[in-house]
This record gives sequence, C-alpha cells and structure tokens, in this order.
Amino acid sequence: MRGGTHGRRPRARRLRAVLASAVLLAAALTGCAAEDDGRTTLSVGTFGVFGYRQAGLYAEYERLHPGIRIKENVIERSDTYFPQFLTHLVTGSGLADVQAVEVGTVHDLAAGQGRRLADLGRAAGVRRTDWLGWKWAQATAPDGRTVGLGTDIGPIAVCYRKDLFRRAGLPTDREAVGRLWAGDWRKYLDVGRAYRKRAPAGTVFTDSAAGVYNAAIHGYPERYYDRSGRPLHAGGPALRTAWDLAVRAAREGLTARLRQFEKPWDQAYANGRFATVACPPWMLGYIKEKSGDAGRGRWDVAAAPRPASWGGSFLTVPTAARHRAEAVALAVWLTAPAQQAKLFARQSSFPSTPASYGMPELRDARNPYFGDAPVARIFARAAVDAPTLVIGPHEQQIGTAFTDVGIPQVEQQGRDPRAAWAAAQKEIHNAVDE
Amino acid sequence: MTAASPTTVEEPDAEPAPGPARTPPARDRGAARRVRRHRWDVRWSPYAFVAPFFLFFSAFGLFPLLWTGWASLHRLELTDMNRPEWAGARNYLRLLHDEFFWNALGNTFTIGVLSTVPQLLMALALAHLLHQRLRAATFWRVALLTPYATSVAAATLVFVLLYGRDYGLVNWVLGLAGVDPVDWQNGTWSSRLAVSSIVVWRWTGYNALIYLAAMQAIPDELYESAALDGASRVRQFAHVTVPSLRPTILFTVVVSTIGATQLFGEPLLFGGAAGQKGGASHQFQTLGLYLYEQGWFGFHLGRASAVAWAMFLILLLVAAVGGLLARLLRTDH
Repeated sequence: MRGGTHGRRPRARRLRAVLASAVLLAAALTGCAAEDDGRTTLSVGTFGVFGYRQAGLYAEYERLHPGIRIKENVIERSDTYFPQFLTHLVTGSGLADVQAVEVGTVHDLAAGQGRRLADLGRAAGVRRTDWLGWKWAQATAPDGRTVGLGTDIGPIAVCYRKDLFRRAGLPTDREAVGRLWAGDWRKYLDVGRAYRKRAPAGTVFTDSAAGVYNAAIHGYPERYYDRSGRPLHAGGPALRTAWDLAVRAAREGLTARLRQFEKPWDQAYANGRFATVACPPWMLGYIKEKSGDAGRGRWDVAAAPRPASWGGSFLTVPTAARHRAEAVALAVWLTAPAQQAKLFARQSSFPSTPASYGMPELRDARNPYFGDAPVARIFARAAVDAPTLVIGPHEQQIGTAFTDVGIPQVEQQGRDPRAAWAAAQKEIHNAVDE
Repeated sequence: MTAASPTTVEEPDAEPAPGPARTPPARDRGAARRVRRHRWDVRWSPYAFVAPFFLFFSAFGLFPLLWTGWASLHRLELTDMNRPEWAGARNYLRLLHDEFFWNALGNTFTIGVLSTVPQLLMALALAHLLHQRLRAATFWRVALLTPYATSVAAATLVFVLLYGRDYGLVNWVLGLAGVDPVDWQNGTWSSRLAVSSIVVWRWTGYNALIYLAAMQAIPDELYESAALDGASRVRQFAHVTVPSLRPTILFTVVVSTIGATQLFGEPLLFGGAAGQKGGASHQFQTLGLYLYEQGWFGFHLGRASAVAWAMFLILLLVAAVGGLLARLLRTDH
C-alpha cells in the first residue's frame, strides 16, 4: 500500500505538471486566437502620460471605426523611450504603428531617419493651416516632408502665489501682475528684487535659475542655431541674454536653488518656499498635486514677460508600421482640433491647433485651483505669439549643458559664472564632437 | 522519459540475479547497453548541465561583448545606426585626452575605495560579532541580508531624501548638533561620501554573511590552542580568524572591486533628474554613468562602446595586479 502510493505519486505529479503546462499553452494559444476577431489592432507608443486613453479618445475612435482596436505602450521616461524608438526604427522591428516624439529630438529624427517615417503632410484630412505655423515647421525636414503631426505645446505663463505677493506688498490681480513685467524678463527680475526686500520669512521669489533660463530663451527664434543652420551655442544674443538673466537671478539670491522635477522641488511646493514659477500648461496639474490643499486659492496665473513655448510633442508613423494606412488615419484624428480640445479638458495638454482655442473646452476653461483663472485664454495668447523656434542638431544635449551643468554650477555650487560658462561650452563640445 | 522507463522496470530484478546460468543472453546485451549508457551519462551529462549557462552567456554575454568591440572601432551614432563608419582606434585615442573620461575614472576609483574598504571592514567586524553565541541568531542574519534584498532604486530614493539639502533628515540631525547644513549632492566630497554610503549600506550585510559562513568552518581547536597559549580575543581574531579567512577575503575583494568598477544605479538615482551627468560638475559621475551618457544621451554608440571596453580592460588589469599581489602574499607566508 505504502509502496504503491510512493510509486504512483511521482507519476501522478508528472501527469499533473504536463496537464498544467498543456492548459497554460492552450490558454496562451486561445489568448492569441481571441485577439484575432477580424479587428485590426493598432499600437500607439508614447512616453509618459499622453492622456488619450484617460480622455476616452481611444474608446471614441474604436466606436467610430468598429474594425479597429487600439493598444497603448507607455514608457515612463522620454530619455529611455527615444533611444529605443531609434533602434527599432533602424531595424524596422518592434515598432508601434503610431509613435510619439518630443520636440527636443524631432529634428535629429527628421534629419537622420526622416525617410523611415511617413510624410504626414500629404495624408488625407490633414490641413497644414490647422496648426500653428511654427509647430508645423518643427517637424518638417529640409526636404519638405512633414514627419510628425503636432500634439501639445508648452506656451509659458507665470504661476504666482497671491498670498506671498500681498505680504510682499506687490499687486495680486493677474492683469496687474502681468503688467509688472510685460515685455522683458529683466523686469521680472526687478519684481524679484522688490519681492526680496519685503519677502515673507523663509520664501524666495522663484524656484530655479534654470527655469528662468528656459522660459526666457524659448521666447527667441534663434537660440542655438540661426536660420541658416549656423551654430550659436558658443554665444548668440538670445543665449547671452537668457544666461545673464539666470546668472543674475542665482547670484542675487532670487531663486530657491532647486532643480525642477526633483524631490526637493516637490517638497518646496508643499512648503510654499517660492512665490513664482514659469509654468507651461502641463505644470498646472503638477503644482496642484504638489501644493495640495494648502495651496488652494493661493496660486494664480499671469502672462509671462514674453510669449514663448517650451516643450511639446508630435505623433509620427513609421513606414515600417504594420498597419500604416490605419495608423496615419488614427494620428490625423488624434491631432485634429476637436480631439486636442478634448485632451485639454482632461489632461491640460495645450492644443497646437488654434481652431481648438475657440472651442468650449478651452474658451470657457477656468481653473478653480488657480483662482478661476481663464487659463486657456492666457496660454493661447502666448501660443499664438510664440516665435518659430529654429531647431538644430543635438538640441537636447546643448540645452542640458546650460540647464544641468552651467547654471547649477553658479546657482548651487557657487562657481564663478565665467568658469561655469566654460564648463558648459566644454560639455557641448564633447556632446557634438563627431 | 520513455527511454528511461525500461531501466526502472528492470531495476528490481537486476539486484537478485546471482547465478550466471539464470541470465539469458538478451539480458547480457541489456547490461552492456546500460553500462555503455552509464559511461556516456557520466562523461557528457555535466556538459549538458552547464550548457544552459554557456548558451545564455554566449547570447547575452559573449555576443554583446564582441558586438561592443566591433562598435568601439566605428563611428556609430544612435540617430544613424545604418551607417557605421570605420574609425580604427580613434574612439580609444580620444579617451586618452578626454577629461570627462579621466574624471569618471578617478571618481570610480575614489568612490570604489570609499565604499569597498569600510564595507569589508565592517562586514568582518559584524561577522565576528555574529559568530559569538547570540540570542535570535537567525533574526540577526536575516536582518543583515535585508539591505541586500532591497532594490537599488528604492534604497537610493530613500537616501536622496535623507541627504536632502533643505528638508533632509541628515542635515536636521547635524543641525541639532550645531553643524551647518551640508549640500550633499552639490559638494564634491559630500556627494561621493553619500553615494559610497548607499553602497556600504547595501553590501555590508551580504559580505558579513559570507565571512560568517567561512568563520564557522574554522576548527575550534585552533581557538582552543590559541586560548591555551594565552591569546586574548583580539589576538585570536587577528592571528586565527583573519588568516583562516584569507581566501574568502580575497573573494570578497574581487567581487566588490568588480561591483565598484561597474557602479551605476546608485549615482544615477542619487543625481536625480540629470543623474547621468553625476552632478553639475560631474563630481560623482562614474565610468558606468559616463558610458550611459555618451551612448544614450549623446547617442554616440561607438564612443560609449570604447568606454565599455576600457572598463573591461581596466578590470583585467586590476585582476592581474590582484593576482600578482595574492601570489606575493602567499609566498611571503
């Protein structure tokens, strides 16, 4: 009896194992089979949260096109996403049907791999005039092919704390605040100096010198390259102006010496450490989340000194996409004015299509957290007047040489601005050296 | 499975078969086959068992190694991967006067020493303590291993908060002691110390357990005779424990050196949003981070591959020097 059970058990167990794996295999096979119900599955590759799913746009598209199913692959960080996308593009495998691209890398992509991306400028239903002229130009290669359709943009405003402004003896009304620095970021620093004189204890005027730098430099068309493509990163006028502003803000103690998107920055929001921050639309949600209830009704939004746009994305369709025609149709639909307006309502992604600005989602948009500010109107004005940025090779590496090396060396490590400038130049040289 | 089952069926009556007369010729052939199979089994099975490792190694170790070697001899840009250009030794020659590379090499060495030396010394001391008779010994051993079981990301993010300039716990404690707050991330030495401390925290327990295992293999007689000779606890530790642990210590030094040369996750996450730069002045950028920055932020795959091979060659060099030292020490004894 005992021997019998002993003899049987291993075999029974083996049988069970075999059965289990057979069941698993069958499940896997039917899993695949279940997908094959005649519908075409389109994949969309994005970095971070684009919000299409959250805003119900995929569901809506699937309703409109019963033969289509949409699947989204999200990679959290754009600096992980882009190298992977590039390798997939070159090998022609592992690609999603629609792939998102960030403005900092769109030029390198269009110039180096433009031929591997569909020319969306010629796609059915695309009207060039729907987009802001500068947005359209950013994704257009020198040979005239437009490889990306604009999604969101980052027009800049200034978010400020009304309570801190009042205590520092400054105006608090958003129109009046905007007038304080209208036209010139140098006036913004003047306001900062006035603030410093009567600053509530433990607070400073703005969060970081790099934030001032980014907001200022994106107001000029020729930042690191001029229109003929000649490099200006050794010291063009826009670069000099923005650098001087950032260095002054840092050296005069107008900044909280923080780095954006790091933990201490979040904590400073929660603790009400700074009174202003240059803010694109997507930062409103961030401020609300980090400042929490303590900041409710205290923040407001005013126009920035100069119109500018910082950041933004595009949708592209690789020529090697499995369902290219369907993917193009989806990209066109997702970036159309009506959909961009819906996305703004849900995700605060600001449309790159001016036709959206008159739609109810934007026209009537007021942000209760920011004192019912008509945020869409403020951002739309900046978007329409923002210059066409000239975008060149190594855009991102050059930008970070200033924001992650040069400026923090002055602001956080107390180094001499001349030495910091030289360090940033060395950094650029190393990055662009072929 | 089917090939094995006849043998298992035959096994029971294979034992009680004393008389040669009872063995039919067919069984003889069967026995010969079994012997042959057994020999074949003994000779080749070990290879079959180690084969998966080598298969995986050639796919995920050897191939990348060779491909990286090829890439390091080319100008290869991630933005334009289909057009590699032969570059000869240019990527390597470039490293010779690349100050970012030398800075990273120096940092790797400094942080390596700052983390490995205290780590191994503390591990030895902890193992010595644990080797005594303690209550709840298992608890202490498991507790030692917890940091090792924690993910780099989780541990480092907590340390980033602890070392925060404005709201960090470390500065708060320093403030209680009347010390001015330290800007851990931006200082040159403070940042290196902070990164090293994360490494020390994660790996000390692991090494301590290895030492403990080796200590338990030391025969008690050695301690008894040392005690009879009047050696104190400290002298016993220095003259019995440490010499007996020499091979183990060598092993941990080798493993920690390899780990220190490849140090990556801790400084990357400690650096925050622009972690690959290792601080605004690259003050804690290690070779691993420089490689990552070159390849995945600068998109220069050829240059990144050259850094990778340089790291590999440096490790070989360290291993050669280490081997030489070990041999010298042994003959010395």
